[in-house]
Amino acid sequence: MQLIKKSNIQRNVVAWGYLFPNLSGFLVFTLIPVFLAFALSLFRWDIFHAPVFVGLDNFRDLLGFSWRDGVLAANDPEFWQYLGNTLFLMMGIPLNMLVSLLIAMLLNRKLRGIGFFRTVFYLPTICGGVGLFLLWGFIFAPEIGIMNKVLEAIGIPGPPWLTDYYWAKPTFILIGLWGAMGGTNMLLYLAGLQSIPPELYEAARVDGAGKFQQFICITVPMLSPTSFFIFIMGIIHGFQGGFNAAFVLTQGGPAGSTTTLSYYIYNHAFQWFNMGYAAAISLVLFALVLVITIVNWRFGGKNNAV
Amino acid sequence: MPSKYNTFMVYCILCLIGISTIFPFLWMLMTSLKDANADISNFSELLPVTMNLDNYRYIFAETDFFRVFLNSTFVTVSITIGQVFTSSLAAYAFARMKFFGRDRIFLGYLMTLMIPGAVTMIPAFLILRKIGWIDTYWALIIPALFSAYGTFMLRQFFMSLPADLEEAARIDGCSHWGIYWHVILPLSRNALLTLGIITFMGSWKALMWPLIVTHSSKLYTLPLALSRFNEMNGVQWTILMAGSVIMTLPMLLIFMFGQRFFTKGIMIGAVKG
Repeated sequence: MQLIKKSNIQRNVVAWGYLFPNLSGFLVFTLIPVFLAFALSLFRWDIFHAPVFVGLDNFRDLLGFSWRDGVLAANDPEFWQYLGNTLFLMMGIPLNMLVSLLIAMLLNRKLRGIGFFRTVFYLPTICGGVGLFLLWGFIFAPEIGIMNKVLEAIGIPGPPWLTDYYWAKPTFILIGLWGAMGGTNMLLYLAGLQSIPPELYEAARVDGAGKFQQFICITVPMLSPTSFFIFIMGIIHGFQGGFNAAFVLTQGGPAGSTTTLSYYIYNHAFQWFNMGYAAAISLVLFALVLVITIVNWRFGGKNNAV
Repeated sequence: MPSKYNTFMVYCILCLIGISTIFPFLWMLMTSLKDANADISNFSELLPVTMNLDNYRYIFAETDFFRVFLNSTFVTVSITIGQVFTSSLAAYAFARMKFFGRDRIFLGYLMTLMIPGAVTMIPAFLILRKIGWIDTYWALIIPALFSAYGTFMLRQFFMSLPADLEEAARIDGCSHWGIYWHVILPLSRNALLTLGIITFMGSWKALMWPLIVTHSSKLYTLPLALSRFNEMNGVQWTILMAGSVIMTLPMLLIFMFGQRFFTKGIMIGAVKG
């Protein structure tokens, strides 16, 4: 008995030794910060003076509405504008799904060189970053950008792209589409397509269904778990995204038209040093992501790995 | 029965998509080789008439770019090695050892995967500030040495390895360390490389974290230096594109090298929340 107990303790110590390097970092930089974020959201703190406990004031200032001059107005209209921006940019998700599916269908055949194309299409996904954003800034520059030069050559007056309040967001959607159309979603669709039993198509052909009918009645429904997964993941990433591109290309402008929630959090925390308020926004973001995650758990099929 | 005509059309469309994927990279490279005073928006000049490396010479000679490049390399390589190492250790413990609280801790790891980075970012910054690491290499490297996602991914992979080999090793008197080092790690080469590549790309591209925790330009990484280039040097597209090539090229090379290890791994990566 004594012996078993001793070896038990020893086993625990050894295991914790393996775990320690990762776990310590996990605690200090992930788990404890999560709890601190909740605490922080109850304070007003500019990091230079002592923090002031304000209860739920930050959330009231962020999400609340109040009567001003006889009109019901948001306490923080910017937050709602930036939430709107974030949702607007998510229109890129269905667009990406459509193009990804089309490319996956093109690649889903036994042809020579398919592997090469798959590699090439995946390039923008892996090699993105600030360098490529700068390049897009150059391509879409209204005066000297190649995009407007090409449009000019075929007789279309080029739009002002990133420098215009209404054009900036659609331009970001275009850039995002280019960066991800042959990426992970396409690979997921490709795997989905390959798991559809070919007998289904054969049966449909025997019944006289055309290509388009086969697509609508077999391909789309058979891929619906994949589509659901991609859609959910797109929304989760969409809520958190938009900072890098906007920081490099537009600094969130013009007139806040490309500021997303994560950019707003960055501004409050690290430009204006409203740590408590920034933490409150980040928790609202967390809540939004949590709702989507629960929807995924509740309704997702076998694909809900996270 | 795919007809010749159909096959031809498919190839045509694939080539068109491929060109649209490659073209921006090519335009970046070509612009970086052009003379600063050339007509840089002239698209008929895809191949610049006068090709030279002046922009590259300028960026290394007249700016701090060499140091920035070294910073990025140092930070990214440290993070990649460190993260793969700590994650594989923890993953081994979760997958192959029995200890008090194992499943509960693993569940904790899983739960944090869905928490947005923005939530932990602010308190993590404040903790580093308290320690006094802001504006040091520590702040750039240490918080990225741990990864719940990497641990999760490797643990799943280790679980799928057959236990027979370890049994044999254990009977031969192998310790846990021996099994980890001589059995598990060699068998997991592809999974480790995949995690390594994902980590490398992620930290090579990272912008927000370096932006938050550094102030002085001697600590700038490539993304940070490039995003600040215009305000420090004025808009000079040819030089900026040279900088962009320098940032993008290593990723391209790693991707080409890692591609074959990697095709399965990105599907695991796709699950990242």
